[in-house]
Amino acid sequence: MTDMLELTAVQAQEAMASGDFSPAEYGKAWAEAAAEDELNAYLWRDGNGDAEAISVEEPSLAPVAVKDIFCTEGVPTTAGSRILEGYRPAYTSTAVRRLIEAGAPVLGKTNMDEFAMGSSNENSAYGPVLNPWDRGRVPGGSSGGSAAVVAGGLAPWAIGTDTGGSIRQPASLCGIVGLKPTYGAISRYGMIAFASSLDQCGPLTRDVRDAALMLSVLQGADPCDSTSVGLGEAPSLPDREDLRGLRFAVPSELARDAIEPGVREVFEATLARIEQLGGEIAEAPLPHAEHGISAYYVIAPAEASSNLARYDGVRYGMRSEGSGDLIEMYETTRAEGFGSEVKRRIMLGTYALSSGYYDAYYGQAQKVRTKIASDFSAAFAEFDFVVTPTSPSVAFGLGEKTSDPLAMYLNDFFTVPMSLAGIPAISIPAGLAEPAGGGPRLPVGFQIAAPAFAEQKLLAAAHALEGAIGFDARPEGVRG
Amino acid sequence: MAELEAVIGLEIHVQLATKTKMFCGCELSFGDEPNVHTCPVCLAHPGVLPVTNEQAILYALKIAAALECEVAPRSIFHRKNYFYPDSPKAYQISQYDIPIASNGRLGDIRIHRAHLEEDAAKMIHVGDSGRIHGSGASLVDFNRGGTPLVEIVTEPDLRGAAEAAAWARLLRETVRQLGVSDVNMEEGSLRVDANVSVRPAGSDELGTKTELKNMNSFRFLERGMEAELARQRELIEAGGTIVQETLHFHPEDGTLHPLRSKEEAHDYRYFPEPDLVPIAPTEQMIREARESLPELPAARATRYEGEMGLPQDVAALLAADPETAGYFEQVAGSASDIEPRVVANWVTGELAAALRQDGGEVTAAESKVESGALALLIGMVQEKKISHGSGKTVLATLVAEGGDPEAIVEREGLAQISDSGEIESIVAAAVEANSEAAEQILSGNQKAIGVIVGAVMKETKGRADGGEVNRLIKKQLGL
Repeated sequence: MTDMLELTAVQAQEAMASGDFSPAEYGKAWAEAAAEDELNAYLWRDGNGDAEAISVEEPSLAPVAVKDIFCTEGVPTTAGSRILEGYRPAYTSTAVRRLIEAGAPVLGKTNMDEFAMGSSNENSAYGPVLNPWDRGRVPGGSSGGSAAVVAGGLAPWAIGTDTGGSIRQPASLCGIVGLKPTYGAISRYGMIAFASSLDQCGPLTRDVRDAALMLSVLQGADPCDSTSVGLGEAPSLPDREDLRGLRFAVPSELARDAIEPGVREVFEATLARIEQLGGEIAEAPLPHAEHGISAYYVIAPAEASSNLARYDGVRYGMRSEGSGDLIEMYETTRAEGFGSEVKRRIMLGTYALSSGYYDAYYGQAQKVRTKIASDFSAAFAEFDFVVTPTSPSVAFGLGEKTSDPLAMYLNDFFTVPMSLAGIPAISIPAGLAEPAGGGPRLPVGFQIAAPAFAEQKLLAAAHALEGAIGFDARPEGVRG
Repeated sequence: MAELEAVIGLEIHVQLATKTKMFCGCELSFGDEPNVHTCPVCLAHPGVLPVTNEQAILYALKIAAALECEVAPRSIFHRKNYFYPDSPKAYQISQYDIPIASNGRLGDIRIHRAHLEEDAAKMIHVGDSGRIHGSGASLVDFNRGGTPLVEIVTEPDLRGAAEAAAWARLLRETVRQLGVSDVNMEEGSLRVDANVSVRPAGSDELGTKTELKNMNSFRFLERGMEAELARQRELIEAGGTIVQETLHFHPEDGTLHPLRSKEEAHDYRYFPEPDLVPIAPTEQMIREARESLPELPAARATRYEGEMGLPQDVAALLAADPETAGYFEQVAGSASDIEPRVVANWVTGELAAALRQDGGEVTAAESKVESGALALLIGMVQEKKISHGSGKTVLATLVAEGGDPEAIVEREGLAQISDSGEIESIVAAAVEANSEAAEQILSGNQKAIGVIVGAVMKETKGRADGGEVNRLIKKQLGL
């Protein structure tokens, strides 16, 4: 039985197809594993009696852990917020529906930063998720629960959402693979909106082949999301083992000083590994990328301020009953229902869109966004990929950055530019490094970005590099 | 002080009669049980996304074509953020700086822009105030929420309340004939707001305007504008200044009241709607919209004036109602040797009067008077086979029971007396019997001839030709 849980999702699919074990046995084993959650990673699990199971008649794929931002009919969906406490959606998101139709049962719903706003999972109304490598540290965010369940042996694979790094950064901090596909590759229908022009669904998996398999299930144009276009062709499982003829760009402006020494060491070692595999490394200018965080923290809160205005306690979720006065009900519901980071971003965004400030903030941020996208286009005219560390640091301690929002925002320094440009990027575990303050070594992610819709090529390169790195460390007590 | 001229621009909301809502698959309805036409999308549940209704785009393109607008190659939607119970998303999806259509005209009035948006839900305030403030409770019916709208904005080209109301009627008729809306003001499928200001006649500058809302009939629209123009003129003439504000029309007493400034102070925080892709109509869509247009009232009126020689007012009157216009054209076609002007006078004059006399419940096209029968009747009058008066008598019969005018003339014995000898002897007798009138005519009072004509007509039961009778009287008197 132990063996089953050590398999990747691709291996498990093959094993079930060839009758090595039944989907029922496999599903049961994972349900038992998920029940052992000591990381506060699950907000709801199938079979815990709280709601009807999201069942699949004939499972053929590994059960999946779903970030609690995806609507699941009849099953609690909170987006990590108090304001959606008790909310059971009337419909199922397209991403989850596609998984179910492909034969992947839903194992559970995972904890997250409230409305996907955060980089540490400490903004969840339901308590922080703990990093399986060190329970005194954060798993990253906002898809921290999805990263922790995969890294912690509580799920074979998971889906999350990435707005400015929310899949890649927690994947990096938890030592797993996280892919943010091209904007429009996967339907956003039923994915609770944070920043609509940036939000994108993607896989968090043990390896690159699992990410490819899940992407092939999730991708596709959806009539319910007019911004979705799919990838044209579903990606196949990558099998490339070298990087000959591929050119990798390191941004000339890469702020090496801002990177933790241990992370920098792993990054440089990975560049050397690329060269060993036949890939070429050179510098390419991305002059506007450094303004990514500034632009992002205007655009994302602006869209969020509009997206979150609907939570008023009238139609769903939490309602704070006050004096019976409507306006007071609105005010207390939102005051009690939203956490402080969400409130901060609603205020930032409302301000940025206000009459008289729009051009200076939102308009300017959109110009920066366009510049960043053209920087990438220029780089991709000469290079196949742009590479950076995923995060400037390894997992940091719980509470370490909660009092300094700006320090927290800088976690997304390397991941935000790709989100603004709408291009695909993957984080793969590249090694272990000692945290800046000392202590046991923790995972370091390596980010590879590719042109829009070049997922197949991205996955092939990531797979080759992953094989060469041979990262096989696991948190203590986790099999696999 | 120079005379103060009225400057009026209109903003017209047209509910499109598509099968489904603007951004979801819910059916459109009117008068159904509240909140039965709703879904997660139009109720703004978490995670939902809008998808633009293609039919609404096609309808907007028809309106754009009818108003001779330029169509934007790529127009985009914006979010208009406002927090109110009639808007579950807390924003309305509308168009802002790049509308689907702009720079058009209808008649002499320029169209500034026409854009697509969604309607808000309907609110019913329980209690005396009739408003959300001070009401006992407010109920929201989301059936209407998300209904596709086209908002049409004119340039401030209208110069009076009556002119503005007449133009609004022309616009309604035009949109109605496109088949894209019910354009019913009472039901709210057509809503007209007016921006009203005054300025010294001849000035190019615009005065401070006020915005008039809630006029849900053409009568109220005209009354509202009249009242506001009078108020502004009086205020300015007394040395006051106009304050820009929104005024709500109260149909009970025809008065206008400012909305509370609290309800008015909006910062809509517009930004491009990230959930939707731009509207980029193909050349073919634009061409098909243009080619699908029926002949619209303004074009029809121009043709009636130009090709058919109708006076402007008669042309406009006929063209405004496509059914009657079609009927008129049938009659004119059957009576090809009669001037269209004469036919038009019969349709808008005698026939309209006869239908009114009959109760006014049916239109010309619906009436028992077949177009061929009316053509025949007009021909008989023109050829003096019957007198004009007899013609009206026959028309009354046709309106009442239909049939063939020739048979009616025969049956009623209305054929004109064509035997000039017979008329001559009747005229001679009439002159003799009215010698006093004859004397007056001879001494130069031409009007007195009417007395003798009347006597002849009485004797012939109207079957004599008036002109011929005149001629014979003068001949009898040796003039």
